[in-house]
Amino acid sequence: MPVRTRYLSLLAALLLLILFPLFGSSFYIGLLTRILILALFAMSLDLLIGYTGLVSFGHAAFFGIGGYALAICFQDAVVIHLWQALPLSLISAALAALVVGWISIRTSGIYFIMITLAFAQMFFYFFFESPRYGGDDGIFLFFKPVLMIGAEDILHLDRENNFYYFVLTSLVSSYLFLTMILRAPFGKVITAIKANEHRVLALGYPVNHYKLVSFVIAGTLAGLAGFLEGAHSGYVNPSYMSWHESGIAIAIVVLGGMGTLYGPILGAFIVVLLQDFLPSLTDHWQLLFGGIVISVALFLPHGLTSLLPQIWTLFKARKSSSVINPPESDDD
Amino acid sequence: MELSFYLVQLLNAIQYGFLLFLVASGMTLLFGIMGIINLAHGSFYMIGAYLAYWLTDITGNLWFGILLGLPIALLVGYLVERFAISFLYKRDHLYQVLLTFALILIFNELQQILWGTDVHAVAIPSFLAGSIPLTENQSYPIYRLFISAVCIVLASGMSWVIQKTRLGMMIRAGASNREMVQSLGIDVNRLFALVFSLGVALAAFAGMLASPVDSVYPGMGENVLIISFVVVVIGGTGSIKGAFVGAMLIGLVSTFGKVLLPEMASVMAYALMAIILLWRPQGLFGRRT
Amino acid sequence: MSEKNRTGISRRDFVIKSSVATAGLAAASVLGPATFAIGGQAKVKVGILLPYTGTYAKLGTNIRNAMMMRFAEAGNLLGGRPIEFVDIDSEAKPAKAQQLTDKLIKKEHVDFLVGPVHSVVGMAMVKMARGKGPITVIPNAGADQLTGVLCAPNVFRTSFSSHQMGFPGGPAVLEDGHKRVVLMYWNYGFGKQVAAAFKKSFLPAGGTIVKEIPTPFPKVDFQAYLTELAALKPDAVYTFYAGGGAVKFVKDFAAAGLKKSIKLYGAGFLTEGLGKAQGDAAEGVRTILHYADTLDNPVNHRFRAAFKTATGAQADVYAVQGYDAGELILRGMNAVKGDVGARAEMIRAMETAEIDSPRGKLRFSKSHNPIHDIYLREVIRGENRVVRVAAKEQDDPATGCSMV
Repeated sequence: MPVRTRYLSLLAALLLLILFPLFGSSFYIGLLTRILILALFAMSLDLLIGYTGLVSFGHAAFFGIGGYALAICFQDAVVIHLWQALPLSLISAALAALVVGWISIRTSGIYFIMITLAFAQMFFYFFFESPRYGGDDGIFLFFKPVLMIGAEDILHLDRENNFYYFVLTSLVSSYLFLTMILRAPFGKVITAIKANEHRVLALGYPVNHYKLVSFVIAGTLAGLAGFLEGAHSGYVNPSYMSWHESGIAIAIVVLGGMGTLYGPILGAFIVVLLQDFLPSLTDHWQLLFGGIVISVALFLPHGLTSLLPQIWTLFKARKSSSVINPPESDDD
Repeated sequence: MELSFYLVQLLNAIQYGFLLFLVASGMTLLFGIMGIINLAHGSFYMIGAYLAYWLTDITGNLWFGILLGLPIALLVGYLVERFAISFLYKRDHLYQVLLTFALILIFNELQQILWGTDVHAVAIPSFLAGSIPLTENQSYPIYRLFISAVCIVLASGMSWVIQKTRLGMMIRAGASNREMVQSLGIDVNRLFALVFSLGVALAAFAGMLASPVDSVYPGMGENVLIISFVVVVIGGTGSIKGAFVGAMLIGLVSTFGKVLLPEMASVMAYALMAIILLWRPQGLFGRRT
Repeated sequence: MSEKNRTGISRRDFVIKSSVATAGLAAASVLGPATFAIGGQAKVKVGILLPYTGTYAKLGTNIRNAMMMRFAEAGNLLGGRPIEFVDIDSEAKPAKAQQLTDKLIKKEHVDFLVGPVHSVVGMAMVKMARGKGPITVIPNAGADQLTGVLCAPNVFRTSFSSHQMGFPGGPAVLEDGHKRVVLMYWNYGFGKQVAAAFKKSFLPAGGTIVKEIPTPFPKVDFQAYLTELAALKPDAVYTFYAGGGAVKFVKDFAAAGLKKSIKLYGAGFLTEGLGKAQGDAAEGVRTILHYADTLDNPVNHRFRAAFKTATGAQADVYAVQGYDAGELILRGMNAVKGDVGARAEMIRAMETAEIDSPRGKLRFSKSHNPIHDIYLREVIRGENRVVRVAAKEQDDPATGCSMV
């Protein structure tokens, strides 16, 4: 698929998302907000799994920390200032990722998967059993953040559409930010680490530094997603951090297609819609969901986005009825 | 508290360690020897417990239940290996995580469809049903001591098979160089299918053996899954000795953690793991990669 | 195995049956004109958010089946209108609670919302439904906040509050002659609230708490705690455990030989519906609950027989709570003759309802929490038998509720 076509389809998708609130009902705007938040979370995990080659099985911890930072500091506040709350959540998640990452990147393979899981479990139990931060009941927030300059109310997230656009903006800026760093030398080095860590090491690059920076960026963006989820639902509880959520995040990334930034977004749409639709078919819907995930793991290792070039080729072939071209490889 | 209190707690810790080893031994086998991350290990534990409940109910005897249940567990393991796991040996661990995560969902549903959502219990065979008095008001169930004895036999048996027998030799060779072993005329595919089935049967056996002291209920596997990972990783993947030491360490830390630092009881096992990996990233008895 | 599987009425069966019933009624309704403005014989939408998978699956299924049984007894009509069910599996996952509640309220526009089992799911749900949302009936979740801080005119509960699972325990244990008590409970919201309520009645009446031992939820390794319990040598232990944890606790307690020297008490879930799994280990264990299978009143006898016929399963306290949730909705809808727009009138009818429940007399407090008798029960030959009424018309303090 030519690069131009892909950009055009991405732009078209973005346009649809921008226009959606004009014709979507309140329920679907809410649902879409959730999907976009989940997409942002999955995209941050993709930086680790798909680009750096670090399979983190504890990414939900940073999502939870983003939410908890907001909830703990502002549970009694009547006005939650966005310019205070957002940086606070991001910094908390970044610090947590720095500590966890610093320890975890010393290990590799199975051990890395397990140590990230262990850290997530520690955070989970800390919040679950600690009486100070609401325990398993979690913390409620009764107000949404606002952006004020002086006494002027610039952006009030109480309105559903405002929140939706705020989430969309966060997702798009994160997308652009990640695209940018992946095109920079930093991105070339981390993808090289994924391909062959020893060679990069032999070339004299401080591999662990690169891994750690990548881990912290991913953790911070997960914290952003957690902040959005906490603010959107007004409710934070430890189940945000459970290993199930980390597992689902991995499923989203692989299902959509890892190593592409739009893959996880597609994955988030599919997983949420499947979980919404399948239960209406049968009480035992998890059987179907599990089956789908297994099929993808077995037969579609590069996720659904890997089908796109083939669909494109078919489409072109039918249109011009010419010889089928082999899929072009134009990885960025 | 008196000394006897701590001695009883020590007994509890060792006993808990044995139970953990029972589950973790199968896991470390798959982990270290086949390089497979199996999140569904807890599900196989659960299946074992349900098989024990179901077959004991029919036959009226736990031993018959276990004897009939083990071949079923082996078969389940074989089918899972043939139709799913075997496609993933050359792939990244990521896909194993994903696939076995989905297997958890599937086995949970199957359990519900086959056996319903009730909580069940399995009767302890009558000649092991008694207790031994420990302190003036606490006694210790004989069946728990019996489990410990089985664990010791199992641990030494597994070490012996892997270190000393031809099968063990092939398994070790297959793990370190698949192609080489294949070229020597050994059917690696069949070998790995066998090892995976054995690992599953071990998890199921753990569930069967523990079913009289644990109760049998939906989702029971997830209670043992994560802590077994911790055991395996602390010990170093693939090392039976490591799993044993890891299980004992976790048994001690969590038992005495509960007594001495109750607020931190759940966090301690994970903290121990983080500390050990910081010191030895490959676990206590793991080989450096 | 397969017989066991067939015991529950499946959700689909029920929906099919009720929609057949509705079709017949729709035909019949042509004869009689509707008495209210909106929608003639439009269906009443009842949204159900209960767990059908995972640890709480059995509770969810029993609640749903009993509620639908109550509706079926009333001809599947609510105030003259047929019913449409929108039934969603909550999976008892707090992380999904808001999305699913949103779906029922904003997409399906349900008139009634029934659920959930899990307290944390309940808090997320009630937070969204309270006020302008649909009339909400909670058939299980026990967190005090649901009819406390989060109480609202449109939110009702037919089950219990944590307070009601702990508070009557204090006097009951003292009356049995036990003064030195250890508290053991799963260390999560509900367990902590039960323990706190127990202390509230137990300490002022002269009891002593030797120690509180919160154990990690939902873990079931009790051995270390039982050794500690034995060393403390209390007269009795008051506990909160449920499901698989309850089976394990009761069995481990007996196997450790502690039954001889320490009397075991607990909130009713310790032995509720677990007789077969616990066996002899449960004999003599005393619990408090607002229901007992063996309650000798005509409503209970009739209810148990009907539930057994309809579903093939034994009724339990969860089924009772679901059955009463159905009854409460019927009361409300019959009072306004099916006009859901007459909200204030409907709420008035519901809050003043006095129900002859299988559990005995049931009415509602100002915060819409049940007021009912709490029974002290003892397991005798595998059955929870009523020893005495532990608290007559037990109310809930509804701390933080603005309606009180």
